[in-house]
Amino acid sequence: MTSIVEASDMRRRRRHFIDRTMTGVMVGAAVVGVIPLVLILFYLLKEGIPGLSLSLFTEDPNRPGLPGGGVRNSIVGSAIMVTVATLIGVPIAVGCGIFLSEFGQNRLGTVLRFLVDVLAGIPSITIGLFIYGLMVVTRGEFTGFAGGLALSILFLPIVARITEEMMLLVPRSLREASLALGAPSWMTTLRVVVPTALPGIATGVMLALSRIAGEAAPLLFTALGNQFFSTDLFHAMDALPLRIFVYAVGPYDYWHDQAWAMSLILVTFILVVSLIVRAVIGTRVTVRS
Amino acid sequence: MVLDSEPRTAVDVTGETGTQSFQFQPQNALKAPAGPEVREEPGDVALRAEHVHAYYGQKLAVGDVSMEIYARKITALIGPSGCGKSTYIRCFNRMHEFTPHARVEGHIYLEGTDIYDPNVDATRVRQRIGMVFQKPNPFPTMSIEQNVAAGLRFTNIRNRSEIRDRVETALKQAALWDEVKGDLKKPGIALSGGQQQRLCIARAIAVEPEVVLMDEPCSALDPIATLKIEDLMYGLAERFTIVIVTHNLQQAARVSDWTGFMLAGEDGVGRLVEYRPTQDMFTNPREDRTEAYITGRFG
Ligand SMILES: Nc1ncnc2c1ncn2[C@@H]1O[C@H](COP(=O)(O)OP(=O)(O)O)[C@@H](O)[C@H]1O
Ligand SMILES: [Mg+2]
Repeated sequence: MTSIVEASDMRRRRRHFIDRTMTGVMVGAAVVGVIPLVLILFYLLKEGIPGLSLSLFTEDPNRPGLPGGGVRNSIVGSAIMVTVATLIGVPIAVGCGIFLSEFGQNRLGTVLRFLVDVLAGIPSITIGLFIYGLMVVTRGEFTGFAGGLALSILFLPIVARITEEMMLLVPRSLREASLALGAPSWMTTLRVVVPTALPGIATGVMLALSRIAGEAAPLLFTALGNQFFSTDLFHAMDALPLRIFVYAVGPYDYWHDQAWAMSLILVTFILVVSLIVRAVIGTRVTVRS
Repeated sequence: MVLDSEPRTAVDVTGETGTQSFQFQPQNALKAPAGPEVREEPGDVALRAEHVHAYYGQKLAVGDVSMEIYARKITALIGPSGCGKSTYIRCFNRMHEFTPHARVEGHIYLEGTDIYDPNVDATRVRQRIGMVFQKPNPFPTMSIEQNVAAGLRFTNIRNRSEIRDRVETALKQAALWDEVKGDLKKPGIALSGGQQQRLCIARAIAVEPEVVLMDEPCSALDPIATLKIEDLMYGLAERFTIVIVTHNLQQAARVSDWTGFMLAGEDGVGRLVEYRPTQDMFTNPREDRTEAYITGRFG
């Protein structure tokens, strides 16, 4: 009797030891994973806050070398091009994702899925070059629209695949419930599956939006950048990442400060967008990215 | 009668000619009746299955089942798990064919029309033959009211006051109205499991189908929620024809008028062994296998 008790006691201790060790390892890994994010945010705040000012949002760049001025043109340009990309990208990408999940269990679906994955893997600078050849060379002008289009190509595969995954996560039982009520399958898709997947799809759109908002490469040969304020989609347009690039490698200290401040603005924008989405749709959906 | 004119063999179960108690010819040999029979008037036929075979790919899951489902009666399908009850009941509203590679052979007549006729629109069939599933599955994005109205919206009923009336009627028939009338705008998934299942029943009957199929509707519920559903089924049977799959023999005995016993053979093919008025079935099973099952000797 006693020996059995001792053995089980020892085993229990052993189990507790393993349990605690493994928990410790997991917590450690999580902490290590979060460290870069914390460091980036910390550094960004430290370097970015000195450059922040109201004039950054209300004024356009001064003549190079003359301290002061702002980046209103870049903020507005980014907003316009990201909006264009979203307007073009959402219908195509969501439609594509819905197609893949609902009608994509065949050869056509497999091919399309493969193409979408290839598209996701194409370097963003290549996409910029492609649009350059397609629109800029032929029309002889760098345009904000070309920039928005390049961003939309970046946006497309991300949202298409997230949409597909979110649609596939909708339990089969809900589709069956709808079909059993006599709803045709297209109606089941539109009225039951898409609404159920919508929070996930919206989160995917936001994810893609924050991804493209920070991209400089696709805009280099499409929107080009513009030190003057412009809302004309058919002329060169500025964007925050482009201006960050120019200022960060430029010779003036106030440019460096403004570059940090712009980075802080971008990251804050992304954080705020994510938080708003979370607040609106609730916190039940978690996106694997 | 809505039936077609094809002659059928009437089985005279009592030996008294001319007073056939039900018109069903099981494929297997019948044992001689062992006692006085309980008379159950079959009445009108709501659904008539003829030689239904259900396949998953090459695998035959349900083999050659023929039976008549009587209108405004509760018909229970019992049998050990895996014997094909779910597969079979899903043939009645053409849900079986949604499983990839699944198909059905045979005929099921609804008012004289074969629902497996190539010209028949499966969505129409499902509007007339509703279904309640094993796990409650209210639409998570919809309120209680929207859930019940879902089928109406799908079938293009737009009139608001009509929808409101039918939602109320359906919720009352599903014995849920008193519990939810104050918060029809609340999400359907906020309800308890038993309430969710009654919500699904309300959703199924709101479109006023002729038949309601229920596949183990209580197996995910506690005994009290189960009793509530059994209670409301009697009321439903005044208006609807009900087919219920259950693995709970007491439930079949309590609620049903007719009981079909299914069993998978050595070959893994589920067949209908016996189909009779419930009371006969439970007091006086004709087949040894039925008796073995209902006395708990296997399954
Ligand atoms: N989706 C499926 N694919 C292949 N075989 C299936 C599928 N669903 C059920 N089956 C098989 O069909 C038989 C009957 O299953 P089912 O109708 O679920 O039985 P029951 O509802 O009586 O428990 C079982 O042998 C089961 O393994
Ligand atoms: Mg089953």
